[in-house]
Amino acid sequence: MNNKMRTSFLAWPYALWVLICTIFPLFYILGYAITNDAGKLTFANLIVIADPVHLKSLWLSVQVAFITTVICLVMAYPVALILHNLKIRNKSFIVFLFILPMWMNFMLRILAWQNILSNNGILNNILSAVGLPTVHILYTKYAVILGMVYDFLPYMILPIYNALSKISDDVIEAASDLGANWWTTFTKVTLPLSKDGIISGIIMVFVPSLSSFVVSNLLGGGKVLLIGNVIEQEFTSARDWNTGSGLSIILMVFVLLSMGIMNKVDDSENGGMLL
Amino acid sequence: MKKKLISLICCLTLVILPAASFTGCKSDAQSDDTLIVLNYGKYIEADVLKQFEKDTGIKVKYEEYESVEDMYAKYKAGSINYDVICTSDYMIETLRNEGELIPIDYNSLEYYKNIDPEIIEASEAFDPNHKYTVPYFFGTVGILYNTKMVDEETVSSWNCLWDENYKNRVVMINSQRDAFMVPLKMKGYDINTRDKNELDEAFDMLCSQKGVAYAYLMDETYECMISEDAAMAVCYSGEAAMGMEYNENLAYTVPKEGGNLWIDSWFVPRTCKHYDAAMKWIDYMCQEDAATQNFEYVWYATPNLTVAQNEDEETLADETVFPTKETLERCDLFKAYDDETLDYTSELWKKLKAY
Amino acid sequence: MTRLKKCTSRLYLGFIFLFLYAPILVLIVLSFNNSMSRTVWGGFTLQWYANLPTNDTIMTALGTTLRITLSSSILATILGTSAAIGIHRMKKRHAAIMLGATNIPLLNADIVTGISLMLLFTRFTSLGEFSVILAHIAFSVPYVIFNVLPRLQSMSDVCYEAALDLGATPVYAFYKVIWPEIVPGVLSGFLMALTMSLDDFTITYFTKGAGVNTLSTMLYTELRKGIQPELYALSTLLFLVAFAMLFIINYKGNDSKKEVTN
Repeated sequence: MNNKMRTSFLAWPYALWVLICTIFPLFYILGYAITNDAGKLTFANLIVIADPVHLKSLWLSVQVAFITTVICLVMAYPVALILHNLKIRNKSFIVFLFILPMWMNFMLRILAWQNILSNNGILNNILSAVGLPTVHILYTKYAVILGMVYDFLPYMILPIYNALSKISDDVIEAASDLGANWWTTFTKVTLPLSKDGIISGIIMVFVPSLSSFVVSNLLGGGKVLLIGNVIEQEFTSARDWNTGSGLSIILMVFVLLSMGIMNKVDDSENGGMLL
Repeated sequence: MKKKLISLICCLTLVILPAASFTGCKSDAQSDDTLIVLNYGKYIEADVLKQFEKDTGIKVKYEEYESVEDMYAKYKAGSINYDVICTSDYMIETLRNEGELIPIDYNSLEYYKNIDPEIIEASEAFDPNHKYTVPYFFGTVGILYNTKMVDEETVSSWNCLWDENYKNRVVMINSQRDAFMVPLKMKGYDINTRDKNELDEAFDMLCSQKGVAYAYLMDETYECMISEDAAMAVCYSGEAAMGMEYNENLAYTVPKEGGNLWIDSWFVPRTCKHYDAAMKWIDYMCQEDAATQNFEYVWYATPNLTVAQNEDEETLADETVFPTKETLERCDLFKAYDDETLDYTSELWKKLKAY
Repeated sequence: MTRLKKCTSRLYLGFIFLFLYAPILVLIVLSFNNSMSRTVWGGFTLQWYANLPTNDTIMTALGTTLRITLSSSILATILGTSAAIGIHRMKKRHAAIMLGATNIPLLNADIVTGISLMLLFTRFTSLGEFSVILAHIAFSVPYVIFNVLPRLQSMSDVCYEAALDLGATPVYAFYKVIWPEIVPGVLSGFLMALTMSLDDFTITYFTKGAGVNTLSTMLYTELRKGIQPELYALSTLLFLVAFAMLFIINYKGNDSKKEVTN
């Protein structure tokens, strides 16, 4: 206990940092959210979420974020599992191959998806060459979901892979020694032990996709209005920082609520920690 | 322990914040030979910028923005003291109404005489008595279409944007004022109307158009047209000229109901700290060489009369770049909205996007 | 059975890699495209690569990006690692508060973080390259902390305490016992911070001063009139360099690992 006290001072610079660069700016936003142009106290900026347009875009955002998260989870878990079971030496190399795409600018990569998905794009050219009907996907909500899955998939793969690599092989061996087949081992041992990874993966994908606006700008063609777009427009084109701040606070509360629900599911002692 | 920690943090905060703000004040002082310029993205030939720095010895901090609204947000954020800004007509009017502009000393501008008096006259719409602005480029809003897919007759009216035959092949302009301009012109209303019934009507028409629209685009419009992903697009004349350079099937027209004429101009905002340098900058932009180089890069209509001497017949006859008198007569300039109308149209625009 | 499983899993991995790398292939192809448009193929050319070194705007933006990315991720790693060690040693309640605060930048929309930091910076200092570095540290520290902390939590305190009991100084014990355990976490935290910083647009956009342009913010304004193809060339080069670096690190890492396992 004694040495516990001694090294905790290492966190002090960070505590100060958090205070100045995280907490303090939040009060700025909160200040804007509960005042109007003239600086008078008001709750109008918070109630504005009840506006049908905002509710609609919030609902759309939740849908898109939810679908994105589910698709990411379904795609990522097998990847993490396969990587984990891979019997080759340079595993870390393969893992980095998932982060590597991020080294090419994110906006350029999303623009490249435009080339792939557009009416006369690469995908449709391939489809018609094979004799299949072409698809109209660019500038729809599906393109936005695809873009988000593309963008956030690594955030799902990495935490799950990390969680899996923490499971000791002994446990798995013990399970099979005790007569469990592959499926039972998976559902009774691997899956529960990787729960932390799954939960942080879900958070890491759900939260940014809930508030993202660049992907929907580039792949939604201005036809898909997410809550992130609304907030962005309030801060830029509509020049209404008060409403923008109010909506941001609402979004934050919304995110915190869903985190609360996730934490209820997650009964581990690490509750409250992401990644 | 906790109390100690908290008190320590509080003390440190008290020490550091004033210190930080103090150093902030110090770094605010800028030397005289710099100039902070704010302009649309890719709205200047890079060599002109370099040449200006070389000729005048002024160091330019060059900032770019994407849309008029971005510019306003950037300026209003107050985080950077811009010296000279280029933006569009109605935004200049808004800023003028807010008292954000500083008059230009036209006597110090040696090359201001190069600017077309007709454009200066047109500028009076947003800059009465012409005190604050120097025109930079101008152009129109119209329809860029693919002659292989659409005939000239169809695009002679804005009606074609509602044509179900072109479902998912029509690109609408992603700009609030320009998008509302289309139905307002079709109905024969004033594009600067403040009548809520007329605006509502325009809104309903735009909603029904959304089903036909492939996307709402601004910057990527010409790419979309070059690749023939779309059959027609509402866009600025410069974007159209750009697209036509790459795909010979493209053509541009301003429908018979008329469109929008816009003028981008230089002005000096209240935040200006280097007025003399700003004047040098504006004057430089009016010079024959700089204006010609910029024109050949930007490809919008230039108000600079000397440029015409350097261009061949074909370019000057290009109606996409230089709108004809008849076209200009059909086009109106935007006027700044009052706060109420601005809020109302922003609300409608948001509704349209969520529709 | 196992062969089938192996086959399907290989196939599946291949599919995922195709999904992740398809846009990159497109961009690499575009870097050889002899046309200013990104939708028309104008023939093969190397001119964008040749033009690259003389393109001042791009080279300046690249320099700014590298400076911001490197300094912010290094500082974030130092700050985050020491924070993680400190938090790990804190009382549970304090640690919970700290972690809650650490989550904030991750949970906030980028635009909110960006704007709130801009408000702070304009009030207390001026915007420039430095403010962007501060902002980047702010949003990348949590990634470091959350990469290091699990490493600390999964190791037992026994070894460290034993080292102390055997007469090691805290610093020595830390270096010999804790550090080797958390190094992978620190490294992956650093890499994540680096990647996040390199990839960020929104926060940079709001916190940068006049004339400061990273590759991302430059690209955003370029969208208006078409992207300079030199940017595709630069991205391709950056990507290949990262790939090569990874390959080399991996190759070296393998050598040392072999010694350990044998």
